[in-house]
Amino acid sequence: MIEARGLHKAFGSVNAVDGVSFVARDGEITGLLGPNGAGKTTTLRMLYTLMKPDAGTVIVDGFDVARAATEVRRRLGVLPDARGLYKRMTARENIAYFARLQGLDAAVGRARADALIAALDMAEFAERRTEGFSQGQRVKTAIARALVHDPRNVILDEPTNGLDVMATRAMRAFMQRLKSEGRCVLFSSHIMQEVAALCDRIVVIARGRVVADASPASLLAQTGAASLEDAFVAVIGSEEGLAA
Amino acid sequence: MKSTLIVFLKEVRENLRDRRTVLNTLLTGPLLAPVIFVLIINSVVTRELDKAEKPLPVPVIGAEYAPNLIAALKQQSIEIKAAPADPERAVREMDADLVLRIPKDFAESWRKGEPAQVELIYDASQRDAQGSVNRLRGALEVYAQRNGAMRLLARGLSPALTRALVVADRDQSTAQTRSGTLFAMLPYFFILGAFIGGMALAIDTTAGERERQSLEPLLVNPVSRSRILIGKLAATSAFALTSVLLGIVAFSLVGRFLPTEKLGMSLTIGPHFAFFTLLAMLPLVFLIATLQTLAAAFAKSFREAQTYLSLLMFVPAVPTMMLSLFPVKTESWMYAVPLMGQQITITRLMRGDVVTGEQLALCFAATMLAALVVYALTAMVYRSERLAIST
Repeated sequence: MIEARGLHKAFGSVNAVDGVSFVARDGEITGLLGPNGAGKTTTLRMLYTLMKPDAGTVIVDGFDVARAATEVRRRLGVLPDARGLYKRMTARENIAYFARLQGLDAAVGRARADALIAALDMAEFAERRTEGFSQGQRVKTAIARALVHDPRNVILDEPTNGLDVMATRAMRAFMQRLKSEGRCVLFSSHIMQEVAALCDRIVVIARGRVVADASPASLLAQTGAASLEDAFVAVIGSEEGLAA
Repeated sequence: MKSTLIVFLKEVRENLRDRRTVLNTLLTGPLLAPVIFVLIINSVVTRELDKAEKPLPVPVIGAEYAPNLIAALKQQSIEIKAAPADPERAVREMDADLVLRIPKDFAESWRKGEPAQVELIYDASQRDAQGSVNRLRGALEVYAQRNGAMRLLARGLSPALTRALVVADRDQSTAQTRSGTLFAMLPYFFILGAFIGGMALAIDTTAGERERQSLEPLLVNPVSRSRILIGKLAATSAFALTSVLLGIVAFSLVGRFLPTEKLGMSLTIGPHFAFFTLLAMLPLVFLIATLQTLAAAFAKSFREAQTYLSLLMFVPAVPTMMLSLFPVKTESWMYAVPLMGQQITITRLMRGDVVTGEQLALCFAATMLAALVVYALTAMVYRSERLAIST
């Protein structure tokens, strides 16, 4: 479970995140929807300990990020916006490196890597150096690397960004699978249809603030809109920076 | 500790797969010092030998006015050439090193027993021509003294009368110290070897990692940033150290075959030299690796980092230039200045001078301290939030 409580973050005079609170529960997919520049990535970076909030706290499985950052990192699997691989290493070596940094011993790391390579359908390219990988192959490797330590909580920043239709479908199926394994899945997106199709809970962010936090059904009820997309536009106040 | 080792091994393994990095570490860096040195020494040696043994061609104007002088010069293996039309201009434009002009009234002055003048036309700013000028001047003076002495003897006087004072040279330089000035540049090339050996990794592990967007995922792992940094620094240092080590070994081997004794120099390049040079270089390798990483950490991209690191390479040239342009007495405090300490230590070792244990320890400790200070700075940059953010 991931809890954000009153997060603030400013860069100079710009309040990128201005009081964001929400809860992402285990066994659910929580979607962070917002136009480009709404503060999604900054919020996620505070959740996965890369940035320190100016104010507010983050609690992951009961651990406070400010006091137990290392413990929190062990409990998080993160696919950041930046998902570069080491191009002179094979996909498997990339995964193994992170397994060792997570403190897994070699045998456990290998078993986990094998399971993820199977689950993500990577067998065909797992032993190849990652230079020249397609976008889909790269994202799969980055996901496998992020989940190698079997984390309870998974944070994905725009996971389908740059993927083609088939890869996007595979990614969504994989997220459903993570949810069915009882994990807490939190992802950000600026694509309304994606959030509508996947989420048990939708947190809508605009200009650094949470403007809606509800299940899809109650969001429809609250706004009285005919479709979720209309509901999103209604709570944000504009269609700018969103994609259908 | 374990995570530091994991980072170290990964960086070493990954960079060993990069052919250009390996080539720079194993070949370019180490061979820099020996190769440049062989080139310098060989050109100096061949030039000096050429000048001493080969006949010296001298364009002469008015050779017909002084047949005896010309004959005497020819005996001293000076080759008489036809003179250019405008000798002053030929010398200025470096068409000729020097021209000898014998005036029309030479024979008449000679017969009368008056000082007969010859003109030596040369350009003192052409250092290359100095050897030739000195040789011709020497040959002319030998001829003048011999004839002067004969004139005195013909008048029944001892030639010694005209020599009220004799200056005898007692040069205190040894073969080693003479080679020292020429070899003062050498430490720079060892230091440059460390720069070249560590450069690729310093960039790849920091600016490169950020540019290819792999730093953010790396830092999300439950490993402290200082451990990651130490692992990366260790890998960078390992490559730089390999470069330096190979450079010293290559130099020690090559140094034996350099024809330095032909110049009257001798160098003490052996296991003793190699060991203590390596000892003096060790903390400097850490200092350089950390400095390079620090500079690369400030850069936003691979290219920017390359620019910074290339500029950084000029820093070690400063003490080298200062010490070879203004050779000063070696003071103890100089060992405590990183780069300068190594410069002095290596030069003295090569010349066979004594470097005491205390001086070596001072050099080692002071450079190590500087490395630690730079490390603390780098760790601070590494802890900053902006480091990981690629965009």
